[in-house]
Amino acid sequence: MKILVCISSVPDTTSKINFTADKSAFDKNGIQWVINPYDEFALTKAIKLQESQGATVTIATVGDAAAEAVMRKALAIGANDAIRVNAEPQDSITVAKELAKIVEEGGYDLVLCGKESIDYNGAAVPAMIAQLLNKPFVNACVGLEVNGAEATAVREIEGGKETLSVKLPAVIAGQKGMVEEKDLIIPNMRGIMSARTKPLTVKEPTETDVKVSAVSFDAVPARAQVKLVSADNLDELVRLLHEEAKVI
Amino acid sequence: MSIFVYTENISGAYKKAALEAVSYAKTVADMSGTDVVAVSINPTDAADVLYKYGASKVVTLKSDALKNFNPKAYAEALATVVDGVVVFPHSTDASSVAPMLAVIKNASLLTNVVSAPVAVSPFEAKRKSFSGKAFMDAKAHGENVVVTISQNSFGIKENPVAGSEEVKEVSVSTEGLTVVNQEKSSGKLDLKEAEVVVSAGRGMKGPENWGMIEELANVLGAATACSKPVSDIGWRPHSEHVGQTGKAIAPNLYVAVGISGAIQHLAGVNSSKTIVVINNDAEAPFFKSADYGVVGDAFQIIPALTEKIKALKGH
Ligand SMILES: Cc1cc2nc3c(=O)[nH]c(=O)nc-3n(C[C@H](O)[C@H](O)[C@H](O)COP(=O)(O)OP(=O)(O)OC[C@H]3O[C@@H](n4cnc5c(N)ncnc54)[C@H](O)[C@@H]3O)c2cc1C
Repeated sequence: MKILVCISSVPDTTSKINFTADKSAFDKNGIQWVINPYDEFALTKAIKLQESQGATVTIATVGDAAAEAVMRKALAIGANDAIRVNAEPQDSITVAKELAKIVEEGGYDLVLCGKESIDYNGAAVPAMIAQLLNKPFVNACVGLEVNGAEATAVREIEGGKETLSVKLPAVIAGQKGMVEEKDLIIPNMRGIMSARTKPLTVKEPTETDVKVSAVSFDAVPARAQVKLVSADNLDELVRLLHEEAKVI
Repeated sequence: MSIFVYTENISGAYKKAALEAVSYAKTVADMSGTDVVAVSINPTDAADVLYKYGASKVVTLKSDALKNFNPKAYAEALATVVDGVVVFPHSTDASSVAPMLAVIKNASLLTNVVSAPVAVSPFEAKRKSFSGKAFMDAKAHGENVVVTISQNSFGIKENPVAGSEEVKEVSVSTEGLTVVNQEKSSGKLDLKEAEVVVSAGRGMKGPENWGMIEELANVLGAATACSKPVSDIGWRPHSEHVGQTGKAIAPNLYVAVGISGAIQHLAGVNSSKTIVVINNDAEAPFFKSADYGVVGDAFQIIPALTEKIKALKGH
């Protein structure tokens, strides 16, 4: 079985988000980059399938050369090889088209993604890949087993869970639950050493039909100073919520 | 051309988020000098509900194949009737369908939109980005646009119009995806739709102490949520984890009990309109992002607060 895991390189979750002086772009100065947290669940699931079923795991990223540090980390976690499409991501459709092309050329049986990237929060690329490839799609996946040409996926639904039988090839977008937080793989020294020599192929992009562009960015405005209420005077809190904020 | 809106239903009943999407579509239609067409798949609620929020036409798609949710089949069914600008709620299911429809229609996709458009041609609107730490003003190229509305961000606005309904049978393939089983915990409020959320963190010390959180939620008619470590340890289900890597929510009132207010937690909840923080550490970072705060022991404050709210509500 051949698995492709789509990995996005995103600012570390503690990053303070700043924009360029003209507000037209994200300011990358001083940012630490990490594997998108949702993608990490997908990658770990893929490595588990590599161990249990002898699957090969390729990771793919659309990004400039700076993304390679994060890709080497994914290789250190255990992926066999990596493909980087040499382009700064523009919008979800250009990214999805590049990734769908990799899937077609490589004949992958399973495409795993994170359900959303924590930078632009598009929550769009996985579903777009599935539609471009005309393959089944499961979103918000919290459990996955593979059995030959079929997978059993569990996804979150409102107020519960749903179990699905999925015919492969398919695209599945995961989150915590696909594997547990405690099962995420931290690369060891051997992994880090071997990652240096694993193949990382660079491809030039072909998609240029951008459909959405950023006009400007703004930080979320700060809240007014907190009103503190004494623990002995909860009547006052109830009054404020009822009369001032009008939320109860 | 009309503005289209996908009115999602759960077991046939229109979701609150669907009514919010209709309200949004009506605003776009007014800006464009046109009307709203709502498209639903197998609803049981009457179309009248949607006229009230501004849809002057309701297209009801009927299909046995679409009894279970299947994003691709849903997108293909919708594609047979919609065109131009199509509005979706950014709920889990609807936001799986929207990107697929955007591919089919060769449309620009703007997700997580939080306010009325800045302009409609080309379509330009503010959307959430960087996990709620920033807003991005995004512009579509071309006339075909698919928009998903971040839940509880725009609000539901009544705008009654006269309407009519058209019922259509559709047939699409659902090959490759079969529902085996569904498990639903009945009676639980949906976290993303809830107007009030009571949330608790590691400060609660253990799962056995959640009874008081649930009781407070009960009197407030609220959904319950938790911080990430709480669901990681297994005190609460993953589905309740809010934050950058959990659910992003925007209720009218968010009550945070024993939660420190780490940047990743805030990312998922700082769109809440009013935030109340209860923490025994006066230095907890959450107080900087709260509207109201109480410094003190949650184990004393929560039961007392519950009683006072009960009294207010006349229980
Ligand atoms: C990649 C990544 C992603 C993350 N994503 C998320 C996310 O999506 N959501 C999220 O929540 N976190 C997330 N985190 C974790 C986040 O950084 C914090 O660790 C977490 O939010 C802390 O949870 P907490 O406030 O419940 O626990 P703690 O940090 O332990 O804080 C508990 C609080 O309870 C207070 N307290 C203790 N006892 C009492 C009492 N008797 N009465 C009142 N108050 C009391 C304490 O003063 C403290 O402030 C993420 C972290 C990483 C690295």
